Amino acid sequence: MESLWLILSDPNTRWVLAACVLLGLSSGVLGCFALLRKHSLLGDAFAHAALPGICIAFMLVGSKSITLFLIGAVVAGLLAAACIQAITRYSRIKEDTALGLVLSVFFGFGIVLLTKIQQSANGNQSGLDSFLFGKAASLVGTDVKVMMGVAAVLLFVCWLFFKEFKLLSFDPGFGRGLGLPMGLFNALLMLLIVLAVVIGLQAVGVVLMAAMLIIPALAARYWTERLDRMIVLAGLFGALSGAAGTLVSSLTYNMPTGPVIVLCATALFLLSLIVAPQRGLAVKGMRRIKLRSRIAEENLLQSLYDLAEKDLLAGRLRPGIGYRIAQLIERRPTAPKAALRTLRRLHRDGLVKRVGAAQGLETRWMLTDKGGELAYELTLHQRMWEIFNMYEGVLGSFKWDGRQGGLAEQLPPEVLQEVDRLLDAHELKPRLTFAGGGRA
Amino acid sequence: MSYELWVILTGALVASSCSFIGCWLILRRMAMLGDAISHTALPGIVIAFLISHSLDSWAMLIGAAVFGLLTTFLVQTLHQSGVQSDAAIGVTFTSLFAVGVVLVSVYARDVHIDLAHVLYGEIAYVPWNQLVVGGVELGPRAVWMVGGTFLLSLAVIGLLYKEFKITSFDPALAAALGLPVTLLHYILMTLVSMTTVSAFESVGAILVVAMLIVPGATAYLLTDRLGIMLGMSCIIGIVTAVIGYYAAVLLNASIAGAMTTTAGTLFLLAFLFSPSHGVVMKWRAKRRLAN
Repeated sequence: MESLWLILSDPNTRWVLAACVLLGLSSGVLGCFALLRKHSLLGDAFAHAALPGICIAFMLVGSKSITLFLIGAVVAGLLAAACIQAITRYSRIKEDTALGLVLSVFFGFGIVLLTKIQQSANGNQSGLDSFLFGKAASLVGTDVKVMMGVAAVLLFVCWLFFKEFKLLSFDPGFGRGLGLPMGLFNALLMLLIVLAVVIGLQAVGVVLMAAMLIIPALAARYWTERLDRMIVLAGLFGALSGAAGTLVSSLTYNMPTGPVIVLCATALFLLSLIVAPQRGLAVKGMRRIKLRSRIAEENLLQSLYDLAEKDLLAGRLRPGIGYRIAQLIERRPTAPKAALRTLRRLHRDGLVKRVGAAQGLETRWMLTDKGGELAYELTLHQRMWEIFNMYEGVLGSFKWDGRQGGLAEQLPPEVLQEVDRLLDAHELKPRLTFAGGGRA
Repeated sequence: MSYELWVILTGALVASSCSFIGCWLILRRMAMLGDAISHTALPGIVIAFLISHSLDSWAMLIGAAVFGLLTTFLVQTLHQSGVQSDAAIGVTFTSLFAVGVVLVSVYARDVHIDLAHVLYGEIAYVPWNQLVVGGVELGPRAVWMVGGTFLLSLAVIGLLYKEFKITSFDPALAAALGLPVTLLHYILMTLVSMTTVSAFESVGAILVVAMLIVPGATAYLLTDRLGIMLGMSCIIGIVTAVIGYYAAVLLNASIAGAMTTTAGTLFLLAFLFSPSHGVVMKWRAKRRLAN
């Protein structure tokens, strides 16, 4: 804790911290739009494409100046965006290939320029190197002030055109129908993304800049279904990883800032992936386990019902007749052990009872009155579905909502009557009733 | 053989083996996965080095191939759990790359891997790293590595040509016919990572990505037949390597950079003047129709 305080009291570290937080914030916000437009990897292309722009700016001026570097990188990034768009529009090459192509060719050309710079007289290219791999520690006050200005403009423009960008992300065709200049907004969004990438290059480097656009936005996507909340969350996640990454790397000897920031963002993403409500893997897994055990229970109840009904129709049904697991899983196959576990659960809920003294897999089971009623309902429901699906062309289409009760509650009355008649005609009406179980 | 010839031969081998495998990536719309694999080779190389404590090429090849497969697997898993595929690729390769950079920094005293060298590579040093067996110099190590993996991918794809063709163009039909689509996907990805890594060590990631994508894309604009596209992309790759080398000598610039730029120029020519798909040709055909 004390060393943390010591580090924060160093003005240079404070600048770096401010820069990384701003960088995470702005790229998190813009990353949301990039993610929703399915353009996540554009950031990667822009970051690589910035190299020739920076080199040309350096060759023209002959000295290191962040403003000129920014301009060079933005021009090169926009040129790359235009190339990607032209290649996908005017040839049959798909977007992923166009991305990779532009990325590698621009970068390769940048390396040619870089080697030329290295040979020339004023070949002090240490500043250029930090652009490539990121050297957050080398950020100074002026750099951070420029970054602050750019980040503020980015966030302001995002806020100003929030509605238009939202439309662009979800339904650009509709926007065009409304008469909005969607092409212009797309270009504006590209420009903003290029700016976000370029201000981040110096801190995290070419390869990892793409991560700052993708990961916070993707993590935020897990927590909400609303764009405004997603943007706020992504900005927060980005800023948080920026801060955490800077602190961790300044507390550890010889630890580069950029990769640590990215790893912090990745940790946030993994956390979201697992624990997020609704979409998280943990919740999804729990939901699946619950559903699976409910289906197993319903299947066993129906199998018990089927067996008893068959005996009833054959005139063999005596009170107290039970069925072994082997018979049950013959009707709806599962593993015997799993069936036994499910039966024990049903027994605990008072839906089935044991008959006779046999234990384990040899136990005979029968439905209780309560279980019988439930099994009757389940069987009726299932057979109504069968009829309905068989005659769907005649009965008309119908969308069942699982949360609104069974088929009987949702079908229109005249269709229900028809289904009932067809059930009789196919001799599928459940015959076995239990005490309080309605019809005979 | 002279120094110059060895460099050109290495470049040509890298170009043809990458573009041969790259054609499949382009057809399967997985070009960015190739880019991702070439980046995630870095942690593979570092970990292989930390385990084996040697700069032996074979340990690195295995380490990087394992990480290539891990990348493919993670991308696939994330995609299946509902992450859109471009974001899945982005998350996976950047995170693994970050792990690689952190490992290099932490073990900086033990790992003699120069990051800049790994990314740009230096094909000019290739001829000085000779493979010596029983005191006889058999040529640069890189030539044997790249040549060996090229032969391997030629053999595997040659044996399974029909299967790869059908899974690339119509994966649903392939699955319906009972072909192991996922297994073929992983076989291809193993070949991609081995090709990438063997080339990576000598020429750097950026030339590998360029050679995976650009010659194949150029050939894709010139022909409509898979077999011709494969052959043509290799030839374009070799031409690129030769022109790129002499351009680099002329300009006194990075060889890998010059080769990449040459590949981009050749693509631009095909994009504009391809007889069947070129922009200019299409425009002329349209004007002829209008008259």
